[in-house]
This record gives sequence, C-alpha cells and structure tokens, in this order.
Amino acid sequence: MDKVMNLFLCGVGGQGILLASEVISSACIHSGFDVKQSEVHGMAQRGGSVISHIRFGEKVYSPLIEPGDADLVVSFELLEALRYLPYMNSNTRVIVNTQKILPAPVATGMDTYPADVLDQLKQRKLSVFPIDAFDIARSIGETRAVNMVLVGALSVFLPIQENIFMQVIEKRIPEKIRKVNIDAFLKGKETVRGMRTDS
Amino acid sequence: MKNKKNIGDKVLFSGNEALAQGAFEAGVRVASGYPGTPSTEILENLSTYEGIYTEWAPNEKVALEVALGASFAGARALATMKHVGLNVAADPLFTAAYTGVKGGLVIVTADDPEMHSSQNEQDNRNYAYAAKVPMLEPSDATEAKEFLKIAYRISEEFDTPVLLRTTTRVAHVKGIVTIGETESSKATLGIEKMPEKFVMLPAHARKRRGELEKRMGRLREFAETFPENRIAWADKTRGFITSGVSYLYVKEAFPEASVLKLGMAYPFPDRLIRDFAAQVQELIIVEELDPFIENHVKALGISCKGKELIPASGELNSHILRKSITGESVRELFAPVPIPMRPPNLCAGCPHRGIFHAISKLKVFVAGDIGCYTLAALKPLSSMDSCVCMGASIGTAFGMEKALGKESLGKIVAVIGDSTFMHSGITGLIDVVYNRGFSTVIILDNRTTGMTGHQPNPSTGVTLGGDLSGGIDIEALCRAIGVKHVTTVNPHDHEEAGKILKQEIERPEPSVIITKAPCALLPEMKKRKDKNIHRVIEANCTGCRSCLRIGCPAIEWVPLTPEEAKQSGYKETQKGHSYINAVMCDGCGQCAPLCKFKAIVAADQDNGNKNG
Ligand code: SF4
Ligand code: SF4
Repeated sequence: MDKVMNLFLCGVGGQGILLASEVISSACIHSGFDVKQSEVHGMAQRGGSVISHIRFGEKVYSPLIEPGDADLVVSFELLEALRYLPYMNSNTRVIVNTQKILPAPVATGMDTYPADVLDQLKQRKLSVFPIDAFDIARSIGETRAVNMVLVGALSVFLPIQENIFMQVIEKRIPEKIRKVNIDAFLKGKETVRGMRTDS
Repeated sequence: MKNKKNIGDKVLFSGNEALAQGAFEAGVRVASGYPGTPSTEILENLSTYEGIYTEWAPNEKVALEVALGASFAGARALATMKHVGLNVAADPLFTAAYTGVKGGLVIVTADDPEMHSSQNEQDNRNYAYAAKVPMLEPSDATEAKEFLKIAYRISEEFDTPVLLRTTTRVAHVKGIVTIGETESSKATLGIEKMPEKFVMLPAHARKRRGELEKRMGRLREFAETFPENRIAWADKTRGFITSGVSYLYVKEAFPEASVLKLGMAYPFPDRLIRDFAAQVQELIIVEELDPFIENHVKALGISCKGKELIPASGELNSHILRKSITGESVRELFAPVPIPMRPPNLCAGCPHRGIFHAISKLKVFVAGDIGCYTLAALKPLSSMDSCVCMGASIGTAFGMEKALGKESLGKIVAVIGDSTFMHSGITGLIDVVYNRGFSTVIILDNRTTGMTGHQPNPSTGVTLGGDLSGGIDIEALCRAIGVKHVTTVNPHDHEEAGKILKQEIERPEPSVIITKAPCALLPEMKKRKDKNIHRVIEANCTGCRSCLRIGCPAIEWVPLTPEEAKQSGYKETQKGHSYINAVMCDGCGQCAPLCKFKAIVAADQDNGNKNG
C-alpha cells in the first residue's frame, strides 16, 4: 500500500466513535502502519455531531483528511452521512448505520428529518452499505456495542487481519463486556461481507 | 501504576497523553492546572503515574504559582492550561521570567484555532514574545513528548520558565509514540534562600531585568544550532518556514518543497532564517492564526509571503494551503445538502435545564459564564445574554447594575457554575458586597466541572487523585463574604425555584441562590436504580408543545398528518404529539409539571404500564 488510506468516522456524541477510532488505529499500528487519528472533544460530547479522521500508511503527515479524499466513511447515524458529503468522492465506500438519532431541532418539531438519506447517497453513485447496527447490537444483548458492529463492518475493507482486531479488542475492552463486543464485531463484518459485490 | 509501559514500546498516544508520558520521563514531581479543552487530558493522564503530585487548582494563576513554588524548591514542575487560561496566569508568568527557576518549569498552553470549544481564538506565541520566555512548538504526539523533555533541559540550562504550545490538532491527535528513558533534574531539592533571585522588589527586579536580556541573547544563539530548528532541503523554487501542526500540512501539500521547520517558536534563529531565505526563490511562511513568524522575517528585511495568501483565522489544513498558494481547487466536491443542524444540548436530566426554564420566564438579562450551562443560550431555552470569560458573569451583572442604577433592580441575574465560582467568580461577588450592590447571583452547583468531563473542584470534596478532602461549603463561603441572603434550592423543582428566584431578584441587597443537584452524567447518577423514567400518555397529549420548550433530548415531537391524527383519535387539526424516549430519559421529572393536560407521568405511576 503506497497511498495513505483515509477513514472518516462520523456520528453523534455518546455513540462510542472515539473508542471505535482507537480500536481501528491500534489495529493499524499493530499491522505496521504509521497512523494519525484526530477528533475534536468538547461541545461535541453534548449530543452534537462528532467526527474522527483516521489516516494510515507508510508515512502520514497531516492528521486531517482533505475534503473529497475519504476512501471509507462510516456514519454511525443515518443523517450524519449526508452532512459530510463534501469529504466523499465517487469512489468512496460509505457504511451507514440506519439508526436515527433526532437532532434537537427535529426533536422539538422545528425541522424535519430527511426521508431519503440512502437515496441521496446512491444518487451520487457512492457505494453504500446500509447496516442496522443498533438492531444487530440489540440482538446480541448489548445496545452499546453499536460501535463494534461498525468496526467489524469497516474491517471488511481494510488491509488488516481479523486476529489483529481481536488482539486489540482483547487488550482494550474490559473482560466483562469483551465477548459481546467480539460478537458485535463479527456480526458487523459478516453483514457487510454479504453485501459486497466488488471483490 | 496504571500506566506501566516498557522502554521501547510503541503506543498510540494523543498529544496530551504523550505530554503526560513526557512529564513522567522528564522526572516532573509537581503538576498543577485547571481543566480546559484542549489541555485537560494532560493532568488526567499524569495523575495515573506514580510518584508525581498532580492537582486541579482553582484557576490557572494558582496553578502556575504552585508550579513555580515547586521549582523554587528544586523540583521539575508543570503547569497546564488552555490558551485563555494563560491570560489568567499571565501575572505570575511575566514575573517568573524575571525570577527564573531552580528545578525546570514548563507551562503548557493548549491553543484552540477554529474555536472548537472556546470563546476566542488567540495565538499564545505572542505571550512568549511579550513575557520574554522561550517557547517550543511540537507538531504531533511524538514531538510533544520529546519537546517537553527538551523544554526541561532548556529551562534549567537557561534559568527560565519555558512555554510549550500545542493546538487542538496536536493535543487531540493520536500518533505513534515510543516510550523512552526517564531522566531527572540536576537541581537539588531543598529550601535555599536566594532573595535577590526570588524577591522581585524593584532593586532586585532591575538586576534581573538585565539578566533577562542576557538570557534572551544566549537563547537566540542556542536557537541557531538547536536541532529541532531544521531545514529539509529539496526543490528550491519554493521554500517554506513553518512550525507546529502547520508543518504537517506543508509536508502533505508540498512534499517536493524545501522547508525550515521551527521547533522553537521563540526566540528565532535569525542566521538560519537568512541562510534559508537566501537559497530559495520564493519564500512562504505558513502558520495558523497570527503572522508571528512572518512579522519577524519581514523585520529582518527578508521578503516573503504569508498572510496575504494564507488565512489568519481558523485552522489550516493541506487543502486550504494548496488552494491558497497555487490557486487550484483540488477537485470538484459534492455540494453540501441542507439538513437539520445538530447543535450540542444540555443532557437529559441535566439540573441546569430546570433553572434556566424558570429564569426564561422572568424575562431578565442573564449575565452568563463558561460551562455546560452556556448551552442554555441556544434554543429553545434561549436564556443567556452574555458570556465573556471564566468568572465574568458576576462582574458583568454588577457593572450593568451600577450603570443603570435602581432602574435595573429585578432585571438582571448572574449565573455561574460551582467550578467557575471557585475559579474566579468569588472575587466578583466580593466586589458586589463591598460596593453595596443588589445583584442576584445564581450558583449552579452540579457538584463537578461538567463541561470538560467531570473534574472535581475545590467545592466537590475530592482531589484529582480521588482522595476525599475538605470540600468548600459554597453557602457558608458566601455568607462569610457578607452575603446575608443565601438560599439553596433543588433546580429540578421549577415551581419552588421560580418562586425563590422572583423573591430574590426583587431584593435590594446582594443575594445568592445555589441550585444544588448532581450532574446527570456523574457515574453515581447514571447508575442509580431508582430512576423515575417518564412517559407520555398519548391520548392526553393535545400537541401544545409546552414540554418541548425545555429542550430535553429525551422528548421528541411526532408530527402527524390530518389522516394520521384522525386515526389516532385526535382532532384532525392536531399536528402531532410528544413522545418520551425511554432509553434516553433520565427521570429528573422536570417535564411533568409543564404539561397542563397531565399527559406526562412517571412510567411506574401509570396504572402498571411500565414499558413506556
Ligand atoms: S454534563 Fe452534566 S452539567 Fe453538563 S449538560 Fe450534561 S448533565 Fe448538565
Ligand atoms: S423526566 Fe422528562 S425532562 Fe427529565 S429526562 Fe425524562 S423526559 Fe427529560
């Protein structure tokens, strides 16, 4: 891999994006890549929009992905995928959790939630992989494992072996909830692999 | 020690985690700071290392004074703060430059270009210049750790405090860091009387002023051969001078160009700059915020380009650089689509929500302050009218009152958090009492520093290390200052809070209302078993939207078409009904009394229907 790979994660404060980023970045290190991962804390934790940039490759300089340069986008919430369209290009693969979390203006009835998010993405010829990560996490018995479902889904497209992810999860996630997180990862991976038609 | 790592291990650290590791490797003994994004995690991480005293100070000035004292005793010491915190600590900083140090002293200032979580955007490299102290500026986590160690060596060798400046994209970016050897100070621990060095009365200070100039001269010389001021020669048609994270953007956007990277942001290596400039055809200075390097280069009589090309506000990135310098936009981007905003919001169950709802009914001017509660300025609460800096609310309200006289009685309140009151609110309150005001001050005591992630403060009764301590009793403190009317209320009870509020703001004397209830995100609050989850009895909901006005994230509006309304047994004209998301509801009970139609009830009081 001579090119730096750009992963863009977006969603809502409290969805575990930062832990997911950490797991992915650690897996990148353990696979021998240089990595930079950037997120912004602060106000975003109060239910605001959250993004995380992960870049890995031989040598990474800038911590920030340029607009239009994301290779992979993982949107932890349906609507958030649309917010970050300018980071995508026609080759970007977009994994979208179809879970809806209403932004405050929608919850208070001042604005409406767009009805056709997936269509809007597809109209721009993006390869979209919709996945109901919340439902998958619920079926495993831990709704907070949504983030690991999505990491598993993303792993399908990364040059990183499954056992490396397993080692990282083993190290980073407390014993009590490790098993559900591993299950979540595997379920996410399996779901997206089933959708893949391009290899 | 939680942070057991072996020398040579490669770990993924944020800049802040790397600084904590760097402090450990540098043999720091005492570290003090005040939480502030993006600096907070330095001390939080450092507190998990053994053998280092770490603390949250009530404010940055105190933090620096503590660190300076430790240095006087021969220990390596660290003070951490966000950029605006250095304004508070500026007073001891400028004089510490005169006294110099004994043990190494480093002050980390974490700047926030783009204001991801700050009230202004300031370039603290200017402080290095103004206070006459050297400043190092790492560009990523790897350098953050190394530069901190270097900073201690410089501090001791040159007898000066050293500033280390990070920005959000250094502090919060994770990169690969290699665990290194530990070292220690050459200074000896102990009490040593050196009044000529440490007592800055004019006669002494004048002498030290001369020392300061000599020191700067030596530092300028040092900068010329300092290995972190380095040139990477490549194509000489375009050369860049840059520092900090901007260096990474330059390397990304112009990998073929020659670059002079300044690891030391101040003072400047003039000969190195001249040499570099002489050898490149076009010289461009790339830096975030102020033209700090640029002005100096121009003052040397060297022609260069800088801010006429590159934005002087906000963060840079490689895309902005390429566009500003070559004029080319990289490619056509997908246009953004109009979608609902997702602003941050007070949490479900937040005790501040109730009191702001009560305040909003009074239609008074609300002089606000810095903390979670600043979010009350946003819709739908819209109940904050000013917010300047930590601790400013009380002084602002008092100043308005003095300007307007008796006219303003009952028309202004100040609101301030517990941590912010401890930081620098108390002096404002002293002013009100002393100068015979009638201001009403509401202290929002949620038992923690909520916004920055739940750091304890002097009124919490716990230290950074988790030890119990004598927590300051805010009520007793206010009385001790001389406030006669101090009332503590439960903010979840709007009605009671509203009554007391009304009574106190009309009072022609200083008064304090303490609204006391724990932050909803504190672990003990999240774990509590007896949460009184609420639900909406849909049949009773008339769609009046009263409950939506408190903006609780758990309350949602479900819009209905006329047909749907009819089907659900409503009048055809009913536009929707509210709904409480049981997963999000924190059971604070603030919403129930807002509904005149008794549509909101505690889930378990609802005739056995517990599923919400
Ligand atoms: S963190 Fe605490 S204080 Fe801040 S909004 Fe949430 S509940 Fe309120
Ligand atoms: S009780 Fe009402 S106001 Fe409190 S968290 Fe639940 S829905 Fe929100």
